[in-house]
Amino acid sequence: MSLILPYSREDAGSPPSLSPDYRSTVLRSPRQPALIVPQTLTETTGPSDAWPKLMGATMTDLTAQHKGEPQGQRIVVTGRVLDEQGRPVPNTVVEIWQANAAGRYIHAKDDWPAPLDPNFTGAGRVFTDAEGRYRYVTIRPGAYPWGNHKNAWRPAHIHLSLLGPAFATRLVTQMYFPDDPLIEIDPIANAVPMPYRQRMVARFDIGITVPNWALGYHFDIVLRGRDQTPFEDDHDDDH
Amino acid sequence: MTTTTELETRNPAPRQDNLDPALFGQTPSQTVGPYFHYGLPWKGGADLVGQSEMGARPDLLPPEHYVLGTSNQSGTPQGEVIVVAGCVYDGNHAPIPDAMIEIWQANAAGRYASADDRREDAALDPHFTGFGRASTDADGVYRFRTIRPGRVPGPGNTLQAPHLAVSVFGRGLLKRLPTRLYFADGEGNDLDPILNLVPAERRGTLIAQRRPDGTWWLDIVLQGENETVFFDL
Repeated sequence: MSLILPYSREDAGSPPSLSPDYRSTVLRSPRQPALIVPQTLTETTGPSDAWPKLMGATMTDLTAQHKGEPQGQRIVVTGRVLDEQGRPVPNTVVEIWQANAAGRYIHAKDDWPAPLDPNFTGAGRVFTDAEGRYRYVTIRPGAYPWGNHKNAWRPAHIHLSLLGPAFATRLVTQMYFPDDPLIEIDPIANAVPMPYRQRMVARFDIGITVPNWALGYHFDIVLRGRDQTPFEDDHDDDH
Repeated sequence: MTTTTELETRNPAPRQDNLDPALFGQTPSQTVGPYFHYGLPWKGGADLVGQSEMGARPDLLPPEHYVLGTSNQSGTPQGEVIVVAGCVYDGNHAPIPDAMIEIWQANAAGRYASADDRREDAALDPHFTGFGRASTDADGVYRFRTIRPGRVPGPGNTLQAPHLAVSVFGRGLLKRLPTRLYFADGEGNDLDPILNLVPAERRGTLIAQRRPDGTWWLDIVLQGENETVFFDL
């Protein structure tokens, strides 16, 4: 038999499924409470090791995917992926997607009148190193209007998707920029109660900035962790 | 007096942000939104058996902006090839064409392709990873081609019935909704340790039925009548 070391459950910063100010949640959130189940081998395993085989190589420079350079403010985003005990999560994939500098997505359903940029797709993919570090280059996305309510604007954000080591650690989130007044009035960011909402706000760091080339932001991402230190001795597993 | 060196490294005062030690903890979940199709579902992501474009939605972006690549399926995995599919519905029973479904499963021998599955009594399959990702199509339907999984251990000395772990994402979903897919003829369904935690009258929302064309079909209902059982895990 196999020993299961479960991951912690979601903490106080987790948003509810239903947050009526974000209107799309009203018909898309379950009415029954989530059923509490124990984690089994299914939930404590994951495909992290197989990611390059599944999807291919990294895409760490979102400004270099087309013939010319995209419009906008070039930025570097870097940080670490950690677990709740502060330990690095190595060799894990971070998928990235975002709007362009004008706040327009390269997507058939996004049709607001801001310009598309033929030199910017806005999709990237990085892997963390042995210390859990990642780094990518992109342009700062713009804010954009959306249909949630009259005169609704999303704060500038970068979408992030992480698998972590297990099915239980899957996370999709958004990174926001410091000092953006739209965060405070955004129904999606506000589904996360304060002060936890601030966990999604990056920090400007002059040390990450590349002189004469790009501004720099620091964003650490924290995944659900295991409550105990994993057993180092595997020899007990075979009886 | 400030020297030039100090100016080069001077930072603004820290805000309350992701690096604040007092706030350290899980990064909160946010929705994938409606525009993830050029960033997440790659061609072949929903095909765990062969090479195809299953899972992607190239109809939603200009071809020169498809940068996600294609799955590099190296060979045919062992086991029974199956198709699992279903429609994702909202609380008005309207299909959801901008959802994304992910699966995670064991191979035919009941082994997970993961360093955290250290059992040696069930063999790995070099051609099977067990992870898949599918966009729903314009009619709200997801579809995977995969291998029917073997049984894996459950809590204590139990054995779980064959199942896929399922995650649901979409616009309006602030966090992913985890659930499972079992098979109507699955060996051990009646004794499955997770299925038995589900009230009997709702168990059917997790059990795929075989259609005449052989497809294993399971609708995912986010809200209302026949609402799918989602997990807190």
